[in-house]
Amino acid sequence: MKNFSVFTVFLLLFTVGSSLAESTDLPESVVTEAAEESRVSKVVDLEASDTPEDAGGSVSLTWLMEIDGIVPDSLGVMRSDPSGEEVLITTLPWGTLMYNDQSVANGTEYSYWIVSYLGGNIEAASDRAEAVSSAQWIYRGRIGMLILLSLMAAIIIYYIESGKKGKKLYIREIAGLAAVEDAVGRATEMGKPVLYVPGIADMDDIQTIASIVILGRVARKTAEYGTSLLVPTSRSIVMSVAQEVVKEGYIQAGRPDAYNKENIQYLTDDQFGYAAGVDGIMIREKPAAIFLLGTFYAESLILAETGRSVGAIQIAGTAMPSQIPFFVAACDYTLIGEELFAASAYLSREPKLLGSLKGQDAAKLFFMILIVVGVIAATVGDYWSPLKSVAEFLRRLVTVN
Amino acid sequence: MNWEILGIWLGALVTLCLYSFLYRDNPFYKFAEHLFVGMSAGYWVIYTIENVLIPNWWLKMFPAEGGFNWVWLIPGIFALFMLARIVPKIAGLSRLSLGMIVGVGAGLSMVSFFQTNAMAQVKGTIFSVATGSAWDVFSSLVLVVGVVSGLVYFFFSKAHTGLFGKTANVGITILMVAFGASFGYTIMARISLLIGRCQFLLEDWLPTIPRLLGIGG
Repeated sequence: MKNFSVFTVFLLLFTVGSSLAESTDLPESVVTEAAEESRVSKVVDLEASDTPEDAGGSVSLTWLMEIDGIVPDSLGVMRSDPSGEEVLITTLPWGTLMYNDQSVANGTEYSYWIVSYLGGNIEAASDRAEAVSSAQWIYRGRIGMLILLSLMAAIIIYYIESGKKGKKLYIREIAGLAAVEDAVGRATEMGKPVLYVPGIADMDDIQTIASIVILGRVARKTAEYGTSLLVPTSRSIVMSVAQEVVKEGYIQAGRPDAYNKENIQYLTDDQFGYAAGVDGIMIREKPAAIFLLGTFYAESLILAETGRSVGAIQIAGTAMPSQIPFFVAACDYTLIGEELFAASAYLSREPKLLGSLKGQDAAKLFFMILIVVGVIAATVGDYWSPLKSVAEFLRRLVTVN
Repeated sequence: MNWEILGIWLGALVTLCLYSFLYRDNPFYKFAEHLFVGMSAGYWVIYTIENVLIPNWWLKMFPAEGGFNWVWLIPGIFALFMLARIVPKIAGLSRLSLGMIVGVGAGLSMVSFFQTNAMAQVKGTIFSVATGSAWDVFSSLVLVVGVVSGLVYFFFSKAHTGLFGKTANVGITILMVAFGASFGYTIMARISLLIGRCQFLLEDWLPTIPRLLGIGG
């Protein structure tokens, strides 16, 4: 029942956002004017205006062409600034009816006119139009998304607060994560290190962030078991963050003395250079457990196959659809797509992460209901038109301009 | 000296060194690996300076038309904070930079991720499944059932039991079928890379051997 209430609120707020977003449409063109057939057609009704809802630095030009007269070869967009300097900004093919000048400074008034070229000569010119560019704070085309994300944030905060107050937030078991402890334990028994590969993306990638959160938990486990943890990285910033996170894990486990900064090293930014380096580490160090969690591209199979060849237990996870098959084929456990993001919450059981996961589940439920209702409405709408408009309405809800 | 032949020989030798890994780890592979890692690390340092640091920071702080934009000192200071890790006493400053990078990265990707991976997908799934031929109807049904059951699989707030569990099983089955197809497709692409490398060795490198030995034309 609670989930359906969430769905209803989603729907209401989204409707508001969607209708606001619709109001950003540009006006339609108007009527053309005729000209004498003996002269070259020129541009008429030139309008220059600040491009709406942007970060500034842009002026939008729209115009019409005379339909009578000699057709010009091309059009030249001319501009003059307050100092009087006239420049040709661009040349456009005949028939073009709009242009966006993105080479202007905010707060400066520019004057525009358009010339018609025939045989390389300027044969006609339009009247002038003036405009001043400015930046706007709000882009209404994304208000729907703002509302949805704000609502998600509100739900997440609600669940976080519930978790903090002691409410049990349930998350189903994720196969593979239960094996994390086994993997670290196996490495300890065999006296071999654990290798953690956080992918090849930088810290601005959400998968790397998720991977680093899991690394913290793995580091804590390795510290508790007294097992060596190797983390080769392909981004210098990831190395810095990984060092911080692993250090924190060792401190939490009460083993700061066991932390070795040198085990977390930068190899290279190059994709295959990194793959070659990690392969070398696998062959020489022969880790008993390998974690491949984060963003991976073509190097995924190279890493997973080498890890398999050294007999390590492998736990992999990525949200890259093209690489998941390789991990499924070559690793013992694979976290598919969003399971990677859920893994950090599952392992830590922290209210913050669990609340975030619960909020995402609410959004998923909303989208599932939206799809089912939308598909039924569209299908039945083929035979009963009122439902067709319901389907169109639902499609508009999820449209971002 | 014929630089083209030298390049071909270097390429061929490094390729063979790397392929020697197929037998076992050996000094030739180690040499090629270290050469690759070292050269690429050096290359990326220069690449980053030339294509990131200078155009995105230095030239914006000191534009070509003259002047000084002080606001660009702020990212410069954050960059210096990262280097503070070298000095243990002030190493904590780097956390400010790291926090900024992680926060901005998560915030920016959240919007684009949500737009492309959620909203656009949902929009593309809302359509009539009863149009076209019987095959079209079947394809549409597979798409809709696949999307919804896939979402059910990735719903973490409920245990996969009963009808919910069966729906999730349908979802993961469809996902696995898709992964299988993707696997085969990508393997074909990898085979073409291998063929390309073999062609290089057989058609570019091998003919240079008789030329170097003075045999044949």
